[in-house]
Amino acid sequence: MKQHSFVQQHGPTWQRIEDSLAKPAQADNSKVLAEHYLLLCQHLAIAKERLYDAALVERLNNLVLALYRELYRYRSETRLNFYAFFKRDFPLAIYRHRYYVLLAFLVFVMPGLIAGAWTYFDEEAVYSILDAPEVRQVERMYDPDARKLGREREADTDIFMFGFYIKNNISVAFRCFAGGMLVGIGTLLVLFFNGLFIGSIAGHLTRLEYVDTFYPFVVGHGSFELTAIVFSGAAGLRLGFAIINPGQFSRLDSLRQAGRDVVPMLYGIVLMLVIAAFLEAFWSSSTSLSIEIKYAVGALLWVLVLLYSFSGRRYESR
Amino acid sequence: MLDTRYRVEIPGGINLDAQVVGPIPRFFAFAIDLAFRGVIVFVLSMASIPFGAFGLGGGFFLIFLFAIEWLYPVLFEVFWRGQTPGKKALGISVINDDLTPVTLGTSLVRNLLRTVDFLPLFYLAGLITMLSNRRFQRLGDLAAGTLVISVGESNRPAPQRDLVPLAPSTPLLRTEQSSIIDFLQRSQQLSEPRQRELASILEGITHEKDDNGVLQLQRLGAWFLGLR
Repeated sequence: MKQHSFVQQHGPTWQRIEDSLAKPAQADNSKVLAEHYLLLCQHLAIAKERLYDAALVERLNNLVLALYRELYRYRSETRLNFYAFFKRDFPLAIYRHRYYVLLAFLVFVMPGLIAGAWTYFDEEAVYSILDAPEVRQVERMYDPDARKLGREREADTDIFMFGFYIKNNISVAFRCFAGGMLVGIGTLLVLFFNGLFIGSIAGHLTRLEYVDTFYPFVVGHGSFELTAIVFSGAAGLRLGFAIINPGQFSRLDSLRQAGRDVVPMLYGIVLMLVIAAFLEAFWSSSTSLSIEIKYAVGALLWVLVLLYSFSGRRYESR
Repeated sequence: MLDTRYRVEIPGGINLDAQVVGPIPRFFAFAIDLAFRGVIVFVLSMASIPFGAFGLGGGFFLIFLFAIEWLYPVLFEVFWRGQTPGKKALGISVINDDLTPVTLGTSLVRNLLRTVDFLPLFYLAGLITMLSNRRFQRLGDLAAGTLVISVGESNRPAPQRDLVPLAPSTPLLRTEQSSIIDFLQRSQQLSEPRQRELASILEGITHEKDDNGVLQLQRLGAWFLGLR
């Protein structure tokens, strides 16, 4: 069959399919879509085999590509199943990355402990880690004479602080993850310096005996926030290690696999940090609650978060 | 050779081709998106002031700012066929490297890693990475397994209708026939001296010179296309 007759015979069908694809609102019947796809695959194969001209092959190729994308838009594996995610996927991803979690934990906590001990025993130490204005600001925030913890504020500024924590904390976690692409160095730096700052502030405030304002404030949301930062570090380190040691894969395939594997961690980190921001803005900052309640709830949250985070082992296939 | 064709064998038993897109259109798409985001941020900041810059309004503004910084490309790519407004304007689209639509997971990874592509300044790392692989993938694309392809309309001129088809005097192979068809299809994109130069190679078939040779060749092309 000559090309001209082929086009005359099938042209109207192609035109109709092209028109229906241009209207995304129109929900395509999946059966019709599959039929169109098979038909066009056949037409493309014929056009290539008979060496029809490049413009026609290109048109058919683009049509098949569009149909193919449409056909694979609704895959069950890409639909986020919240129940399965909470129950299985997130804890399992943590379990599978447990060594990265451990490393991220150590890189985050060790500088924190050392800096904390140093600033606790040495009055001057905090100034070699933080600027003097920053130290003064932190001191003001947790001064036991302050009416409201964290910052002085009105009732609806809690919402402002919620937005502030969302933007800041999640951005830090995302950068911590992204730093993994720099063969893990970016991630290590973010973890190290965040640990260092948090530890030195804690040590310094403990030394000033601001214990009753600082710890009840941080204990509640800290459970979600600090854990999520460690998990984002683990996800970043996974990327970095995939580049350094690809094993039996090519470096590119190894990186790509790591990119797929850490996705549940990313979803989980975002959710944890949203919860943390909510607690920090509306719960931690409250002065009407007694210290005992805050410690009790904080301890409960820590236990729940840790129990949940390390519940993934049973889902690992063996 | 610089070839932007990306080929995947798909179910259906055929090789599907896509054209990957380089840094220039992607830069323009990004610039359009940046302007668009700027407008959104400006409108939101104006709208939030009456509700208290450090209260309700400010809080929601910061949440939106976060969403526009990090989630804008993700949401558009996932729910708008791989296209942000800028990409739509340029006729390009993000796609998984098996040519299936981009998913929430892959889009999230490629867009979070923008941070690294941006380093040290103005997407220098991303540009260098893009130019050092055949598929123009930046770092985020490499980790996510995604590509940016062209989905724009291709404008090829239709053959002239007023040609009188001419049957060849000698039988020709199909590959030879398709070359002559391509000559017909592309002749409007070629300069006339170049057309004459190409036609003169086939003088043995057309038995004509110069402009007549070109015309004979186009008439042969029309015959091979099946115009009667």
